[in-house]
Amino acid sequence: MLEIIDLHATVGGKEILKGFTLTLAPGQVHAIMGPNGAGKSTLGYVLSGREGYEITSGTVRFNGIDLNDLAPEERAALGIFLAFQYPVEIPGVNNTYFLRTALNAQRKARGEVELDSMAFLKLVRQKLSVLHLKDELLHRAVNSGFSGGEKKRNEIFQLALLEPKLAILDETDSGLDIDALKAVADGVNHMRSPERAFLVITHYQRLLDYIKPDVVHVMSEGRIIASGGPELALQLERDGYASLQAGAA
Amino acid sequence: MSAFLDSQSALFATRTPARHRQVQTWREAALAQALRAGFPHNKLERWKYAPLRALAGKAFAASTPAPTFDIALPPAPRLVFVDGRYDAGLSDTRGAEALHIGTLAEALAGDDERALALLGREFPEAEAPFAPLNTALAEDGLLIEAPEGVVLDAPLHLVFVHSESNTGSSYLRHKIECREHSRLTVIEHHRGGGNGLSNDLWHAHVKPQAHLQHVRVQGTGNAHTAFSRCDAVIAGDAQYTRLDIDTGSHYQRLELNLALQGRNALARSGGVLWAEGSGTLDARLSARHQAPDTACELLWRGLAEDKGKVHFYGGIIIDVGADGSNAALSNKNLLLGNKAQITTQPALEIHADEVKAAHGATVGQLDATALFYLRTRGVPEAEALALLTRAFYAEALAVIEDESLRDSVKAHLPAKLIQDGVA
Repeated sequence: MLEIIDLHATVGGKEILKGFTLTLAPGQVHAIMGPNGAGKSTLGYVLSGREGYEITSGTVRFNGIDLNDLAPEERAALGIFLAFQYPVEIPGVNNTYFLRTALNAQRKARGEVELDSMAFLKLVRQKLSVLHLKDELLHRAVNSGFSGGEKKRNEIFQLALLEPKLAILDETDSGLDIDALKAVADGVNHMRSPERAFLVITHYQRLLDYIKPDVVHVMSEGRIIASGGPELALQLERDGYASLQAGAA
Repeated sequence: MSAFLDSQSALFATRTPARHRQVQTWREAALAQALRAGFPHNKLERWKYAPLRALAGKAFAASTPAPTFDIALPPAPRLVFVDGRYDAGLSDTRGAEALHIGTLAEALAGDDERALALLGREFPEAEAPFAPLNTALAEDGLLIEAPEGVVLDAPLHLVFVHSESNTGSSYLRHKIECREHSRLTVIEHHRGGGNGLSNDLWHAHVKPQAHLQHVRVQGTGNAHTAFSRCDAVIAGDAQYTRLDIDTGSHYQRLELNLALQGRNALARSGGVLWAEGSGTLDARLSARHQAPDTACELLWRGLAEDKGKVHFYGGIIIDVGADGSNAALSNKNLLLGNKAQITTQPALEIHADEVKAAHGATVGQLDATALFYLRTRGVPEAEALALLTRAFYAEALAVIEDESLRDSVKAHLPAKLIQDGVA
């Protein structure tokens, strides 16, 4: 599904990704761990097409399509979703309107029928009940004045509503207390399916207690320096990143 | 002298002298004051950003109301002016029977001199020539009174048509008074086009416990020149809510003077100035706290695209003795073009103790991170930009607390301010 080969990317002229390679198949959950500054968030932004994040060499393909020249909204319509580490507050834009605009824009781009407000609200109610969310979230402006936990739940709610093929979760666990973490992980687990892949970017092993990955990668200095099963995350928790970084150097 | 003042002086000479000697004396004195002051220049702080050289060179003849025009009118109750003249045929006062509605033209033709007192208002030299010119040349306008205790729920629409064919100048002088415990909502619609000039001067009086909501939606095209001024006097426990929506690519000068004269008087003023083409929207606000425990909230948003210019000045004065006053000014601006220009100047002058005064003014661009966020969810760039832009100026509309009024205002906004999805 996702094929990244020897990817080099710069931000503001500075090379951050330095030969990043990864293959992700449908149904899989891969975790990417690494210390601060390893390039984890940059990877998320490069995959979703953020301006200023330049691919200088290497390839990124999603279901065979080269992503490099695609706008963020085109990638979204293909089924790529980025859950932000810091979801953006957009005062003045109603959350429901935003979600409906987003969903219908994607459907339109894919040649599907757009949902009218009745059909959309029905879908929204269904997703809310599955995720045990309050509908109060819908009537507010996008993330505006939301607590840290509410913002992350709103991200997962968007994930559930937009049903992407690939979800990239960028430090979704940061700033969450244990209850919020469980709720977010439940939402993600509920979304796991044989057709959907997850790339879970995290700093700590804790999230992986709740979202069980198939593969764990350790990232340092813009590339993967080790890959393994869930036990790799536990080893990191015990020994820290330094031991692996020393080994890779 | 300037071609502009010469032409207005010549216009005055063609007018039939007023029936009331006192009015004629006021008019002559006002014209003399305007001519003495001369056309302003950019060295004057209050005229720093106006395209004065171009304006000074323009001569305007008398306004000639167009016999027909193609502009849809809002529902009754409505009062319609065409090119500076009240049009009784197009007006429909059904639903506003509780109000006293008259026109300045009627008052000038009648015997009640008290109705004409508004023309006796004297202006300081700094406010010449445009305010005195209004006194000299205004022959029509609205005189509206909401009697004590009258509450009118439906908005009264005031329509000012500027027809394409009219290239002259029109002067209107209005007075709107809300007596004790009354509630009134008026919505001014300025529509049409053409390259004429309008000079409107309003006196708004809000008596104790009354509430006047005054909305002004201006979309007079690309060539019109407008001077619009409103002096509002707000009594104790009274509220004046004001919303100004200005779009276009012409020159407009808006002056809003709010005098908070009684304890607990409240003024809330929101505005959207959206300049495009090579237009200049020049707004000058003054809120003066003259009594204790008065409050004002000024919530203004500016947007400039193409070579458009937005200039905002927000002055707040808290007089000696106006303790416990609370003033808040927020002016945020969005530059939407490389050649667009925006200036903002908040000015606070505080002479009392124990007051709260907050101000914030910014000029910037749309938040790139918010744009990216919307796009990652599939919203195309153009739509995301439009959504963020609408959300930006919608904050100013919040000065109108009544949701149904806000909705009815939205129905009359210019096309580029369509409000879908804005919280």
